[in-house]
Amino acid sequence: MRERTLPILAGLMATVAMPALAQDLSIGLKSEATSMDPSFHQLSTNTQVLLNVFEALTKQDALQMVEPSLATEWEAVDDTTWRFTLRDGVTFHDGTPFTAHDVIYTYCRVPLVENSPSSFTIYTGVIADMQAEDDHTLIITTKAAHPLLPTEIAQLPIVSAETLGAEDTITFGPDGTCEGMGDVPQSPAFSSPDVAVGTGPYKLDSYTRGTELVLTRNEEYWGGTPNWAEVTMRPITSDGPRVAALLSGDVDMIESPPIQDIDRITGEGFKVVDALSNRIIYLAMDQEGEAPSISGTDGENPLLDARVREAISLAINRDAIAERIMGGYAQPAGELLPPPMFGSNDRPVDPYDPERAQELLAEAGYPDGFEITLGTPNDRYINDAQVAQAVAQMLAQVGITVNVDASTASQFFSRRNAQEFPLYMAGWGASSGEMSSPLKSLVATYDAEAGMGVTNAGRYSNPEMDEILTQAMSTIDDEERDTLLQQAESIVLDEFGIIPLHYEQTVWAMTPELDYEPRVDQYTIAREVVPSEGEN
Amino acid sequence: MIVYLVRRFGQSLLAIAAMAVLVFLGVYAIGNPVDILISPEATQADIIATTERLGLDKPLYEQFGIFIWNALHGDLGNSFVYGRPALDIILERLPATMELALVALVISVGFGVPLGVWAGLRPTSLAGRTIMGGSILGFSLPNFWQGMLLILVFAVLLGWLPAGGRGETTEFLGLEVSFLTLDGLSHLILPAINLALFKMSLIIRLARANTREVALQDYVKFARAKGLSTRRVVLVHILKNIMIPVVTIIGLELGSMVAFAIVTETVFAWPGMGKLLIDSINLLDRPLIVAYLMLTVLIIVMINLLVDVLYSMLDPRIRLSEMKG
Repeated sequence: MRERTLPILAGLMATVAMPALAQDLSIGLKSEATSMDPSFHQLSTNTQVLLNVFEALTKQDALQMVEPSLATEWEAVDDTTWRFTLRDGVTFHDGTPFTAHDVIYTYCRVPLVENSPSSFTIYTGVIADMQAEDDHTLIITTKAAHPLLPTEIAQLPIVSAETLGAEDTITFGPDGTCEGMGDVPQSPAFSSPDVAVGTGPYKLDSYTRGTELVLTRNEEYWGGTPNWAEVTMRPITSDGPRVAALLSGDVDMIESPPIQDIDRITGEGFKVVDALSNRIIYLAMDQEGEAPSISGTDGENPLLDARVREAISLAINRDAIAERIMGGYAQPAGELLPPPMFGSNDRPVDPYDPERAQELLAEAGYPDGFEITLGTPNDRYINDAQVAQAVAQMLAQVGITVNVDASTASQFFSRRNAQEFPLYMAGWGASSGEMSSPLKSLVATYDAEAGMGVTNAGRYSNPEMDEILTQAMSTIDDEERDTLLQQAESIVLDEFGIIPLHYEQTVWAMTPELDYEPRVDQYTIAREVVPSEGEN
Repeated sequence: MIVYLVRRFGQSLLAIAAMAVLVFLGVYAIGNPVDILISPEATQADIIATTERLGLDKPLYEQFGIFIWNALHGDLGNSFVYGRPALDIILERLPATMELALVALVISVGFGVPLGVWAGLRPTSLAGRTIMGGSILGFSLPNFWQGMLLILVFAVLLGWLPAGGRGETTEFLGLEVSFLTLDGLSHLILPAINLALFKMSLIIRLARANTREVALQDYVKFARAKGLSTRRVVLVHILKNIMIPVVTIIGLELGSMVAFAIVTETVFAWPGMGKLLIDSINLLDRPLIVAYLMLTVLIIVMINLLVDVLYSMLDPRIRLSEMKG
């Protein structure tokens, strides 16, 4: 905190002065960044905050399309070589100039960050070599063809090599073997504004863990003067108090107000914006031999039969879920990523047809249905446990008795990964904003060595789909890749390998003086909050 | 006396050791932290690497052994989420919680004792009954609901006070405190009242019961007969004598207020240790949870030890009976 010689007087002034400063913005966030080091923890909570202070070579717009940021343009020279042209005349907050040197340092530092709960090496691991052709031209070589490089490096904000004590020349080596790195500062050092310097529109002013994070305007910003003189971000983890903070005027904007409270918020004259997110809520089914917790089938696993899986999909009234349980803040889903995002098919939503579902069950040899356990978290997705209960009731109407097993997220994910559930509901947000993300994690054949199917706890597997997906993931040409991803997704959905339920809608609430273009990646980025048109 | 002290100290150590086992096993049972911590985009190899780095691949007894060995050296481990020593992170939050608990204590004693004495002196009057009725409400209404209601009335409807957070802090004796600035104070009032209500009700009832008892004692009657003013009788003869049990309760309750301000801190987004605990449980940050609980156990055991020792000094009967037993 800043020093105060006359604390009481200053406090008084702060209270009096606050309403007058329309140039200040305060936001109530539902979770707190764990560190100010942009290479510490790969977590949306951290990224959304740090993107105000730091910038990466590329960035994703509100629809997750890749846009230039610190790199003005880039091209694939061949399958494994990329040339990036960097922006001229950009300086860090402490005045050090931004060059290719800083990019190499940043990527080199990623594997050297200690105690990272979830390391960014998943993005830097593909890089085989980096060379600076000159100060503003960078050549990146990947180990194999990697079309998502420009998308993924949007997650790697650049830090200043000079400020962090690098030597004048850095020689790239893969997986933490770079030379000339100097004494690499570790994450706790970034709580200080002297270390946490980026090129972004806001500078770190103070970071008081648990209380608030204060940013101030970077007057030298290359992209024009930022909107707000001061931005305060406060973690208010409980829903009720977060809404109360908005209603009482403590903060100007909050993320994720509970759907039940939206009427109340708009009734008090606040503005609510919402948009479809990239998060799909889906049902996954055990498709690997004998499944646990299924009875009434003589020990067989009915989910191995595509007709049974189709019956489950047809038995679910997605419109009712979206309308009644999600209060309209969800959209029934027909695939794994909302169209028109990259790789989507514009596939129609499966109809609600309980009669056909019953016929299919009878054809598959289960005219009387069976009994099954549905696993779900109860505090991870919007109204998740209620949605699971509704699914259970809908399935009961076609004869499948469903026991809902709802548990807290930390329990659920451990049990899900241990394959305890024959049927489970979960969600997936495609951080890359394109189809290979859900395909690779949710439905590709589980293969620890290749790093495929990590979240495929139902163990769906189709070698044909795997082949097309692998091909797509190394195809640099966008159009060709789009087609391949569409094909791969169709194969999975045609045999009901996974059942999409709905896309979550993300909601923000704010005072009428503000405007925010809602983002599909659910990020709340202060730099993108603007004064509304016609005001100010 | 020495024998008694050694015995009490030994018992305290035993309690701490038992808690260490319980806490560690309890935390171990609630899911795998890596499943929560790691990015969903991570591959199986990343997951294995992280599991190994955190030492979670080792068998339970080995993890427990490492934990005990380090704990004996004063190291409660690094937080999984923050990558820093868990104890440091907790101690960073301690001043905020202490401040809240102390202010709540002042409120609960400052209002609780006078109201309790008043109700004790005039148990059948309207005021006395109202106070008792109010204290029942203070007891029985859930803490979080009281908090939400305070926010709704004073922050949302009336707009007098902020809904949460800590506000402006200043340095006082090397600690960050908020009661010295107007902004800080305005943030402090609601959570302090919320935390104080329950304790206040407790003190009211205790003070009332004791006042009624003491007021009938011969020395009070004698003081009145001597012609002392009511004020003097109440302030000196009654108040002094009811303070013994009240002080005992205050000592014990302070410990529990520091350790369990969790609900209040969560409702008011107060950046204390309790809120840290809740956040850590959601993230399965095992070292932080364990460190917090161990610290809490230590605080409460120490306070109890202190109270026991004070008792034995005040009342030789306890010392004697303990020696025999």
